[in-house]
Amino acid sequence: MSTEAAAWRPPPLIADRRLRFAIYAGALLYAVLALGTIEVNWARAAEGLARGARFLAGFFPPDFVTKREDILEGLAESLAMTVVSTVLGIALSVPFALGAARNLAPLPIYLFCRGVIAISRTFQEIIIAILFVAMFGFGPLAGTLTLAFATIGFLGKLLAEDIEEIEVAQAEAVRATGAGWWQVLDFAIAPQVLPRFIGLSAYRFDINFRESAVLGLVGAGGIGDTLNNAFERYEFDTAAAILIVIIAIVMACEYSSSWIRRQVQ
Amino acid sequence: MLQLIGLSKRYRTGDLALDGVSLEVPKGQVMALIGPSGAGKSTLIRCVNRLVEPTAGQVLLAGQDITALSPRGLRRARRRMGMIFQEYALVERLSVMENVLSGRLGYVGFWASWFRRFPPADIAEAFRLLERVGLTAMRDKRADALSGGQRQRVGIVRALMQDPDLLLVDEPTASLDPKTSRQIMRLIVELCGERGLATIINIHDVALAQMFAARIVGLRAGRIVYDGPPEGLTPDVLTAIYGEEDWHATIRAAPDEAETDPVPA
Repeated sequence: MSTEAAAWRPPPLIADRRLRFAIYAGALLYAVLALGTIEVNWARAAEGLARGARFLAGFFPPDFVTKREDILEGLAESLAMTVVSTVLGIALSVPFALGAARNLAPLPIYLFCRGVIAISRTFQEIIIAILFVAMFGFGPLAGTLTLAFATIGFLGKLLAEDIEEIEVAQAEAVRATGAGWWQVLDFAIAPQVLPRFIGLSAYRFDINFRESAVLGLVGAGGIGDTLNNAFERYEFDTAAAILIVIIAIVMACEYSSSWIRRQVQ
Repeated sequence: MLQLIGLSKRYRTGDLALDGVSLEVPKGQVMALIGPSGAGKSTLIRCVNRLVEPTAGQVLLAGQDITALSPRGLRRARRRMGMIFQEYALVERLSVMENVLSGRLGYVGFWASWFRRFPPADIAEAFRLLERVGLTAMRDKRADALSGGQRQRVGIVRALMQDPDLLLVDEPTASLDPKTSRQIMRLIVELCGERGLATIINIHDVALAQMFAARIVGLRAGRIVYDGPPEGLTPDVLTAIYGEEDWHATIRAAPDEAETDPVPA
């Protein structure tokens, strides 16, 4: 074995040895200093521990019965919000996705659609919900519109990227037969992106349900409203029951959406 | 049938892919276009149906100037130009019948194609052609379930469904084994003979070109450097097309070919 071969090591990520150590040392120093700035009052934390335990104890046993009507109503409202917002969001996201795919849309349309998608993705659902509650008043309408708007950003972006990554040859072949733009869309592009589109839609349904539980906290309707009320009235046993219901439904949604995704692949 | 006059294409990158190509392909002639990678073979046939826009020159199909057509007129003209692709370019998630019927997209309206309601005559023709290439049993299979040779036969049927006057064939055998390559070439040449189609076949395999084409055009750096019968491909000519190499084995490999199966399923 030559000495050169014996001395071989994989090349490091940062070639300059001094720069490499400077970066590692700097990062470590910052972590230590940052930790030092966080004031932890251990005495208070110890005191709070007991209070926390009492608070958690308040959750048991969960009470499904006393506020049964409220829970069912909130749940129905959340599910309705989820279904309506998902359907509306999907219907609106398709045209935006087509417009935001660089290989389909001319530049001005592309920029407009990308802009709308970027706005929808920039703001967290809660912020949009606060805005819509101010515009449309408390209740599920604001929540539904929030989720539909967020769905446009999510599906629009992912579907547009899928369309941009299609196999060009298949679209070219259909175009070469003399097919029109819509026919190319129907025969060459849709078959390539449909399975993932269905999978993403199912996934978004599941996200929208989870979000609908949060949006109640800012007054945008749904089971989150019911949960918020339970906390405000110190009915922790009812709150626990609501949390369990939410967990069960989220798990059911997640399981069915992953099943759907497996089926369409 | 097809006439190219001073056809040139310069890509936006500055590469001159075609440099004033003039050529005439009469009705019923099978012409093979050979040349090294990057010589402009693909660009040439894509300029004919304007999948690539030529920079200068004219393309006349039965006297009609293709380069001057509006988008609508171009779609009509494309119906008369069937195209067969390297790697088949079938829409993989559509069935064989849907791929075959997509050859009629230039003739049927959007809604008819959306609901897959093609005229009975088209469906009858699809059945007849699938039987001709021995793929009747595969009718409702998804295109990605087929072998390479079967897929290329579907590609051929799709092109013939257009009832074209001209066939543009881009590297039809590039991903096929030698036996299947010969079967596919034989099928293309037979069908062109039956229908009196003018045909341009881009092909890398010089031996195959000599075996099946009535006329060979050699392209180098976007210019025609040979135009004549297959017998005229001497080592000197091949050197002019491809550059220096020992050509004797290539030329001798061509003539005999015992295997004569009709196209099996």
